[in-house]
This record gives sequence, C-alpha cells and structure tokens, in this order.
Amino acid sequence: MTTSTLVHVNEKELKTYASKERRALLGLTSPALLVILIVMVIPVGWLFYLSFIGSDGNFSLEHYQRMLDSKSYARIFLTTFKVSLLTTAICILIGYPLAYFLSQLPARVANICMLSVLLPFWTSLLVRTYSWLVLLQRKGIVNQVGMDFGFWDEPLKLVHNLSGTLVGMVHIMLPFLILPLYASMKSIPQDYIKASSNLGATPTQSFWQIFFPLSMPGLLAGSLIVFILSLGFFVTPAVLGGGKVIMVAMQITNNIELFFDWGAASALGVVLLVMTFVILFVASKLMRLDNVLGGGH
Amino acid sequence: MKWFNKPASETQITHGQRLWLYVVATIIMFLLVVPTLIVIPMSFSASQYLEFPPKEWSFRWYEFYFNSNSWMSATATSLKAGLYTMLVATPLGVMASYGLYVCSHPAARLVYLLLITPIMIPVILIAIGSFYIYVQIGLVNTMFGLVVAHTILALPLVIIVVTSAFKSYDMGQEQAARSLGASRFIAFMTVTLPQIRFSVITAALLAFLTSFDEVIIAMFVSGGDNSTLTKNMFNALRDQIDPTIASISTIMIVISSSLVIVTQIFARGRGVK
Repeated sequence: MTTSTLVHVNEKELKTYASKERRALLGLTSPALLVILIVMVIPVGWLFYLSFIGSDGNFSLEHYQRMLDSKSYARIFLTTFKVSLLTTAICILIGYPLAYFLSQLPARVANICMLSVLLPFWTSLLVRTYSWLVLLQRKGIVNQVGMDFGFWDEPLKLVHNLSGTLVGMVHIMLPFLILPLYASMKSIPQDYIKASSNLGATPTQSFWQIFFPLSMPGLLAGSLIVFILSLGFFVTPAVLGGGKVIMVAMQITNNIELFFDWGAASALGVVLLVMTFVILFVASKLMRLDNVLGGGH
Repeated sequence: MKWFNKPASETQITHGQRLWLYVVATIIMFLLVVPTLIVIPMSFSASQYLEFPPKEWSFRWYEFYFNSNSWMSATATSLKAGLYTMLVATPLGVMASYGLYVCSHPAARLVYLLLITPIMIPVILIAIGSFYIYVQIGLVNTMFGLVVAHTILALPLVIIVVTSAFKSYDMGQEQAARSLGASRFIAFMTVTLPQIRFSVITAALLAFLTSFDEVIIAMFVSGGDNSTLTKNMFNALRDQIDPTIASISTIMIVISSSLVIVTQIFARGRGVK
C-alpha cells in the first residue's frame, strides 16, 4: 500500500488542465472536419479559383463578364428566381392551412394526419418526381379525369413546362415548410387565444392578431428552407421541365457535361453560392437561425 | 349534425364554422399522399404504358427488374453506399456533436456552423467540386469516393439530430459516473450512449437514406460498375417513361417506409417523441 499522495492543485494548473481538455474535446470534431475539408472546402475553393481563370489560363473575369452580357444567363437567373419564389409562395398558401389544421387537432389524430406530411418527406425525391411525370403525362390520370368530368376536351400539356415543374417542386418542398411551421404553432400557448377571446376578440381577430404573428418564426424558417433548396434544385426541373425550364443548377451541369467548360460552370456555382449565403445572412439578421438549424447550445 | 355545433376549440368556434378548413386540409393531405403512392398499383400493370387502374395485373416489370444485371448491380451499389455512409457518418457525427456540446471553447460555435454547411450549400456545387478533385486523384467511379461525398451530406443531419438529443439529456449523469472513477470514454459509452441510443439510431437511418436517395453527387462521381440505382433511374427518366422505374420506385418506397416504421417503433418504446 502506498500512502495517499496529496496532490497540490493550484489555480494555474487547473486552468491549463481545463484548456487542454477543451482542446481535446474540440479534437473530437477533427475526423468530421477532415471529411468536410476534403470534399467540401477544398473542392469549393478550387471552383472559386477556376471561376477566375480565363480560357488562356490567366486570371480573368471573362466568365463573370459573360454572365452579365449574355441574355441567356439573365434568363436562367430569372427562371431560377421565378421558380423559387413561386414554389415558396404556393407552399405558404397550401402549407399554412394544413399546418394550422394539424396544430388544432387532438394529439392522437394529429399524429395520424402528420403521416401525410412525413410519408412524402421520407420518400425519395426521384420517386415522387417520377410519379408526377406519370400522373401529368398526355395520357396520364389527371388528363383522363379532367376529360371524363368534362373540365377540358383535349389532353392538356401539363408536364415538360413551367407548371409541371412547379407542381412537382411544391409537392417536394411542402414538408420542409410544414414541419417547422407546425412546431412553431404547437409552441403557441392556447391561453393567449383564450385570453384574447375572453377580452372580446372574435375568432378571426384572435387568429390574425394573436396566432398568426406568433407563428411567424416558423413560417419564416420554413419559407427560408424552401426558397434556398429551390434555388439549387436540379432533379425535378430537369425531369418535369423537359428542357424548357433551365435553372442555374441545370446550366452548371450542362456546362460540364456538354461543353466541358469548367470556368463557366464554376462561375455560375460561385454566384449561386454567394446568393445562398447572402439570403442566409439577411435571414440571420431577421431571425435566430438556430431555430432553423438546430443550434450548438 | 350535432357535431357541427360542437365547439372545436376552447374559444367556442364550432366544427361547422371550421368545415372549410377540414375540407381544404383533407384535399391537401390527399394531394400529398396519393401522388407519392400512386406508382405502387401502377407497377403491377401488364401494359407497356403506365395506366391507372391497370387493366391487367402482372409482375412483368418486377421480373424484368430482378432479371436485369445492370439494375441489380446498381441496387447493390446503392445499398452498399448507404450502409457505408451510415457506418462512417454516424460515429463521426456523434463524436463531433459530443465534443461540440460539452466543449465551451469559443471556436465550438464556428466549428458547428462549418460542420452543418453542407446542407445549406447547393448540392450541385459539392457534386461538381468533388468530381473535379476526384478526377485529379483517381477516385471517380469508386465506392470509396462516393461514400466520402455522401458522408458530408449525412454528417449535418446526424449532428443536428444527436445535438438535440444531448440538449434534452442531463449531462450531470455522466459527470456522476466520472466522479466515481469512470474515464470520459467509459462514462459516455455506458451512461450517455444507452440513453440517447434512439436518436443515434434515427440519425443512422437518416444517414442511410440520405445516401440511398441521393442523385446529383451520384450522377457525377459514380459510374461503371459502381453506378447507383438513382443515377440509372434518373438517366432512364430523361429518355422515356419506363415502367420498370415504377417497380423500382415501389421497392424504394417500401425500403424507406419500413425504415421510418422501425424508428417509430423505437420511439414508441421509449414513450416520448
């Protein structure tokens, strides 16, 4: 048996120990950081570099210049914004009533109804895009039903255009809006509504003056997610747009697959990235992004 | 008709007054679910053209799928990639979330943001960027390259899910274990991990599905023998409406919904969430 040694602990040693431990804990993130570094930071940095290299191999702004000069690029950005804005707007119009409905139901029924949002959410986006392609095609169900009921006589062109793209995108994005919105609505204390009606507000007044403003954080968070995801969307516009709805992500792919023009593709990518970050930055001033992204503490 | 006049909420608004909301919500739920599931009955159609309801039922598109070497090898690739991504992203994500949650270092917040950026930046950038780098180092069309790229998409999801589990967990328990002589690692493995295991399982399944459903990265960095199911499906979709895709879609729906059901059962066993 050894005699117990009295460890002399002073403040300084404790401090060094604490900072050592902090570094060790931070070190736990290093494998994850390494992967992010290799597959995200370096490649995106490299694209950034490529976007400033002209066809003669020297520094040049020609790729950005072309974006400003060319009408077709302007059209692509316009389409991208139009599709993203419309998708977000339609998602809000459709998603808000559904989220409100879900938030008002008793827990048991709400859980079952919630499956209607979660099922599409968990189903592959490619599968859902394919479903819409089948539904909206010339001889598809939508045209069949429409003609059987006499809504229209000729098969309508419902897909391979903007409206088809929007239908598919709204279907895919809707859960991203509803889930944060629902969570936000659920956190509104029912007492507030009771208090307002106790003070003489009609149900409509209580809704617009109490409930709606309090659900704004969820609505903003959901809309932000939908808009940002839409900006970079590729699969659905590529399949349902039928080559008529060219968004930025598709043009990037075309530049690489068809023209092998890495400079132009990179420049487009950089612009897309900057737009995304600007929107996130503005949003972070308007709301706490932690609510959207989970937050560290 | 009695139900109409019953109050729907404590503010005395009746079900009758809310009828429009019920109708609207039901239509929206219908529009969310039916297009998701419509491919299932269609996949059993015998016809070359996808029709609903099918005039004749058959398994021919399933037979075609199961007898096709290229579809089978693509399915195997996708399953393997999903599994590897899950096995890489889950431990890395749990480690990182633990480190960031416990650590009070000023850089922790920055590191957290960096680790979750992959879900904020457009996937197409990660796809072409990693493709460019992979071409230089010979990782294109390899399983390793695909898994590494999918891992960074899965990592943020794992970190978000596990971090929120830590938030609702009492770290005092782990401190108690450590004050009783357990090392940090032992304390984590025997005290903390068992209590957050459901979140870790959910995170792992999310990681699997992220890789399994991913299209854009796979389009660029997978190919040849290592083409994924989604890459082949996407290419087939661009050409024509191939009924085989309906049968594959059905199988994919079955896979993802059974994973969700598994997590729900786990969650129910725990009694919360």
